[in-house]
Amino acid sequence: MDSDDEFMSDVSSQDDFLGTQGSDDESLGEDFDDLDAGFSDDKDLIKHKKKPYEVEYKVLDPHDIDHEQLGQVNEVCAILGLPPESVAILLRFGRWNKEKLIESYMEHPEETLEEAGLGSNFEGTAKTEIVPGFMCDICCEDGDNLETYAMRCGHRYCVDCYRHYLGQKIKEEGEAGRIQCPGDGCNRIVDYKSLDLLVTKELQGRYRELLTRTYVDDKENLKWCPAPNCQYAIDCGVKTRDLRRIVPTVRCFCKHEFCFGCSLSDHQPAPCTLVKMWLQKCEDDSETANWISANTKECTKCNSTIEKNGGCNHMTCRKCKYEFCWMCMGLWSEHGTSWYNCNRYEEKSGADARSAQAKSRSSLERYLHYYNRYANHEQSAKLDKDLYLKTEKKMTSLQSQSGLSWIEVQFLDTASQALQQCRQTLKWTYAFAFYLARNNLTEIFEDNQKDLEMAVESLSEMFEKPVADLAGLKVDILDKTAYCNKRRVILLSDTAENLKNGEWSFNIEW
Amino acid sequence: MGSIKRISKELTELTESPPEGIMVELADESNVYEWRVKMDGPEGSPFHNGKFLVKLSLPTEYPFKPPTVSFATKIYHPNVTNDEKGSMCLGMLRADEWKPSSKIAAVLQFARQLLAEPMPDDAVEGRIAEQYKNDRTRYEEVAREWTRKYAC
Repeated sequence: MDSDDEFMSDVSSQDDFLGTQGSDDESLGEDFDDLDAGFSDDKDLIKHKKKPYEVEYKVLDPHDIDHEQLGQVNEVCAILGLPPESVAILLRFGRWNKEKLIESYMEHPEETLEEAGLGSNFEGTAKTEIVPGFMCDICCEDGDNLETYAMRCGHRYCVDCYRHYLGQKIKEEGEAGRIQCPGDGCNRIVDYKSLDLLVTKELQGRYRELLTRTYVDDKENLKWCPAPNCQYAIDCGVKTRDLRRIVPTVRCFCKHEFCFGCSLSDHQPAPCTLVKMWLQKCEDDSETANWISANTKECTKCNSTIEKNGGCNHMTCRKCKYEFCWMCMGLWSEHGTSWYNCNRYEEKSGADARSAQAKSRSSLERYLHYYNRYANHEQSAKLDKDLYLKTEKKMTSLQSQSGLSWIEVQFLDTASQALQQCRQTLKWTYAFAFYLARNNLTEIFEDNQKDLEMAVESLSEMFEKPVADLAGLKVDILDKTAYCNKRRVILLSDTAENLKNGEWSFNIEW
Repeated sequence: MGSIKRISKELTELTESPPEGIMVELADESNVYEWRVKMDGPEGSPFHNGKFLVKLSLPTEYPFKPPTVSFATKIYHPNVTNDEKGSMCLGMLRADEWKPSSKIAAVLQFARQLLAEPMPDDAVEGRIAEQYKNDRTRYEEVAREWTRKYAC
C-alpha cells in the first residue's frame, strides 16, 4: 500500500493536465457536468484517486445514452421553442454540437432548418387521415377508406406505402437519422413521431438503436467498446491531440480493457502513434527478418556464420570456442546468475559486438531484440490465458483437496489476472523501447522493465506448480501478485509522467 | 404491394403522351417488368440522329427500389459501361437516392439528358471521361463515329 500512497502525490499533476488543455475543453467540462447531473449515483466510480497513467471516464449503457440524447433535445427545445422531434433532427444535423447549432439557428433560422431537412412549418401533430378523392402517388391505389399520412411538408402517401418505405430504409439500408420524405426531390427528414406512428414496435427499437449508434459515432467523447457483442460505450474527455502525451486505457463493464484513443486492446505504456507504427513494422518485416535472424548469426569473435540447431541460447563457436548468448550475443559467462541483462539492448557494446557485421544487420538485430520479447510476452499471455481457464478447475479441486472455501482460493484468480495484465504491459514496453533514444530515462525505464519481468516470470512459475502445492504457496503467490502489480504501477506511472511532461526522446519523428 | 397497378399506369401515360425523343413498349407483352425503350440521340449532341435501344428493368420491389437502365446499343459515353451490359448507374438511379414517388418518365428523361450532358466526375469509363474533359473535339468525333456505326 506504500506504493499507492507514493503515487497519490501525482494526482494533483494529473488534474493539472486536464486543467491546462485550453479553451476547447470547456465543452468537455460541460459534458461531464451534464452527466453528473443525470447519474449522480455513479459519481464515486470516477472519484477514486487516480494514478498518473489513468484517465477519467465513464461507462454508459444504451439506456444512459438514450437518456443523454433526450436531455440534450429537451435542453435545446427549451431554448429554441421548437418541437422535440424537430430539435432531434436539428441536433443530429449539427452532430450534437449544441452551441454551434444554436448560434447558427439564431443567425440564419430558415437556412439552418432547410439544410437540416426541416421546413419552417411546425404546426400540427402527427396523425393519419382519410382524404376523400385521394390517390397514392406510389402505389396508385385509391379508395374511400385509404389511410394516408403526410409529414409537415405535405407530401401525402398511403400508410402502407409509407410503412413499407420506412421498413426498407431501416431494415435493409440501416438508415435512421437521414431517412427523407418519400416524395421525389423532397429532403424533409422523417421525424421520430411520424416513425412511431407508422411502424411496428420492433422497427421502432431498431430505429432507436441505429440513432444511438450514430450519436456515439458523432460525439468525440464517446466510443463503443470494441469487444464482440458488447453494448456499452465509454465517455472520456481525452482528445485526439492529447494522444501524444497520454495513453487513455479504459475498462468497460464487460471487463475489456482498451485504448480510448485507437480502440485497440490496452497498449500502455506505448502511445497510439507508436503502436500503429510498430504493428505496421511487425507486419512488414517480422517474417523475413525472423528467418534471417533465426537461421544464421555470426560469431562475435571470429565471424564464422553460425546456424542455431538447438533450443538452448548458450552458444559455443565450433571454430574459436567462444561462448555467447544467442539472444543478446553477449559473453555467456556474464549471463550466469543475471541472465536478465538480456532484456537490455546494449546499443554500444551490442554495436561493438557486431561491428564486423553489416550495418543493416545491426538495425535488424535491434528490431528483432524488441520484437522477440514483444512476441514472447504476447505468446506467454495467451498461454497464461489457457492457464486461466484451467484456474477454475484448479480452484475447485483445491477446495476439495485442502478444505479451503471458495473465497479462500480466489487468490489464484487474482494472480492469473495480474499475470495477464502485466504481460500485456511488458509486451508493449518492448515496442515502446524500440522507439526510445538512449538516455538516463531509458536506463531507469529498462530497470523498471527488468524488475517487472522478473516478478512476472517468478509468479508465472509458481502458478504452474501442481495443485497439491498451491495451498501451501498461497501466501507466496499473494505476495508475488501484489509485488507484480506494484511493479507494474511503478513502471506505468513513471512512463506516463515522462510522456505527459514530454521528457522522452525518441529515435524517430512521430 | 400495388406495383402492377403503378407500373401499368406509368406505361399508359408514357405510351399516350411520350416525352420528347423517347418511345416505350414492353419487351414481352406478358411481363410488365421488362421494358424496351427507343431513345433518339438529343439534338446538339454527338449522338444526334442515332437511335438507341435502352433496356429498362423494374425490380419486383418497384417502386421502392429503382429501375435499372442499360444501353443495348453500343455507345461512347463516360457514364455508360463500354461492355455488353452497357449499364448506367448514377443520380436518381442509385438505390440511396431513389424515392418511391420518382417516375420512370423522369428516369428516361434523366438518361436522355445525360447523353447531352455527360457527368465526367461520376464516370464509369475513366478514359472516356478524361477525353471528354481534356479533348472534347476528339471525344465528339469518336462518339459521332460510334453513333453512325452502331445506332443508325
